Amino acid sequence: MKVPPPPSGKVELPVALSLALLADMLRIRRMEEKCAELYGEGKIRGFLHLYIGEEAVAAGAMRALAPEDNIVATYREHGHALLRGVSMDRIMAEMYGKREGCSGGRGGSMHLFDAAARFYGGNAIVGGGLPLAAGLALAAKLKKESRITACFFGEGAVAEGAFHESMNLAQLWRLPVAYFCENNLYAMGTALERSESQTDLCAKAASYGMATLKADGMDVAAVHKTAQRAREHVATKGPVFVEFQTYRFRAHSMFDPELYRDKGEVEAWKERGPLHTFSARLKAQGDLTEGRFLELDRAAQAEVDKAVAFAEAGTREPAEDLAKDVTTPS
Amino acid sequence: MSAISYREALRLALDEALEKDERVFLMGEDVGRYGGTYAVSKGLLEKYGSERVRDTPLSELGFVGAGIGAALGGMRPIVEVMTVNFSLLALDQIVNTAALLRHMSGGQFSVPLVVRMATGAGRQLAAQHSHSLEGWYAHIPGIRIVAPATVEDARGMLGAALADPDPVLVFEYPALFETKGEASGGKVDIASSKVRREGSRVTLVTYGGCLPKAMQAAEQVDGEVIDLRVLRPLDMAPVVGSLKKTRRAVVVDEGWRSGGLAAEVMARIMEQAFYELDAPVARVCSEEVPVPYAKHLEEAALPQTEKIVAAAQGLFA
Ligand SMILES: Cc1ncc(C[n+]2csc(CCOP(=O)(O)OP(=O)(O)O)c2C)c(N)n1
Repeated sequence: MKVPPPPSGKVELPVALSLALLADMLRIRRMEEKCAELYGEGKIRGFLHLYIGEEAVAAGAMRALAPEDNIVATYREHGHALLRGVSMDRIMAEMYGKREGCSGGRGGSMHLFDAAARFYGGNAIVGGGLPLAAGLALAAKLKKESRITACFFGEGAVAEGAFHESMNLAQLWRLPVAYFCENNLYAMGTALERSESQTDLCAKAASYGMATLKADGMDVAAVHKTAQRAREHVATKGPVFVEFQTYRFRAHSMFDPELYRDKGEVEAWKERGPLHTFSARLKAQGDLTEGRFLELDRAAQAEVDKAVAFAEAGTREPAEDLAKDVTTPS
Repeated sequence: MSAISYREALRLALDEALEKDERVFLMGEDVGRYGGTYAVSKGLLEKYGSERVRDTPLSELGFVGAGIGAALGGMRPIVEVMTVNFSLLALDQIVNTAALLRHMSGGQFSVPLVVRMATGAGRQLAAQHSHSLEGWYAHIPGIRIVAPATVEDARGMLGAALADPDPVLVFEYPALFETKGEASGGKVDIASSKVRREGSRVTLVTYGGCLPKAMQAAEQVDGEVIDLRVLRPLDMAPVVGSLKKTRRAVVVDEGWRSGGLAAEVMARIMEQAFYELDAPVARVCSEEVPVPYAKHLEEAALPQTEKIVAAAQGLFA
């Protein structure tokens, strides 16, 4: 597959917003680099799916959403949770399996939840979040609330029945839901063109009559503008499907030997990396200095250090509480 | 004969099956290019090509159903659904089609399909990736459920499953993938349960990933360990035989307690060996909670050697 040229040109955003988006991406990047390290040390266990390379999607999209909106995500959701306002402390504590974690240590990396942030979780069944998002949107519609539901998922999910059933329901009932597809070209080791007869993902959603949009998912400014349009459409007209074209720089999970793609392809995509291309553009137009960048980076790093200390100091839920919350106490 | 791993035994079995019978093909998510989620099918794509080692999209219902159709059409498909957790998306095809076709068609159509999947908890993968639902499948007439717990069975059960004219579900245990043992390569049956350790004081009945835990517990309580191996249809003869000697039994099952496979085994003991018993039959199952991520909580949720020992000792209290 041909790798498109890196995002370029003038960033048409207010400087403060550009810097905020850059800071968002840096926070995810530094947090996840630390997660990888902690995994190596055995502090984090189970499955760990890193979002490194894809940060522009969560960053650009989250800032286009309103605080009252609902979010549904997958197992690759650390960045989404963080930018939605779940504190890095609580995310890190969750990965440590500590009681102070955002899911009490019961969910781990793949199952971050936060009711206050209306973050309805990391769902680790591919496609599992899509019908849920339709239902959240249905509730909002029935209750005449203005909130929309944003559902993030990988392109692998489009092969599942749940995707097609959800597209149909959402469009049939004109539900206020935005389906944000993060197309990173691979579902584990399976490349899109080896698993789909129709590789134009928008065409799939469009076949249900749904409005569609597409954006370069490595360009945070493009993501942000597209997500704003998407939210506007959902709030006024009906559901929308957005394809963000992106790429994961790391392995699928910590167990993946990456036999299915060559190093050259990964390197070529790294040229399009959302962080360095965006900072370079901001610098070129005088919106960012190296000093400011280092400041943002140091702040992200300090936040990570603090989160790790918080997680380390966290406590273990006593095993006697194991059966708590299997169902709702009366 | 040298020792090989459970994982290697599974791989050898697939290799042999593909080698021996042209009708056999393997399909599933990431069985080819990726090399298999657990590296079980590593190297097979290179050896047999993409027609016979076929990567599928994330469409569990679709490709399991296609496996049923291919079996009807004269092929001998081995369908891998990665893990039991995702087999839930294919439940309809397994339960409503594969299991029913022979009977529903008045005996006209058999479905010689093999479905393989990994199962079980214990690796901090949290609630959605830690199911043990073999017992659920064992509830369904029309399918055979096998659970290789030894390297020999990991190597031999696939061949036996392929020779079966009806659907067979093979449950594989990542918790056992690194265990080493000898695999003769000879035929194994998929009909009987087997005594894995002789003992005289208590019979420990188990299967799959819990076998090593039961074996360890047996050391401490002079237990006789029975590996069910086949969860449907159940072979109770060795259990009943053992009870004549021990008069006490503990059933160990990673599935949840309510309505689980352990309950079925206990009921059969009651039906078939009531008068042999000197104590009520006990069971060690998973606690009735979704499997949590935190290590100490996950350990508390699952059957452990100490719990088995305690249950066995409780029968003498
Ligand atoms: C129903 C289901 N089938 C299989 C899996 C195993 N699995 C986990 S992630 C994954 C790949 C998904 O790829 P994609 O949707 O593109 O998202 P990405 O991981 O690339 O972000 C697979 C096959 C699963 N979790 N759920």
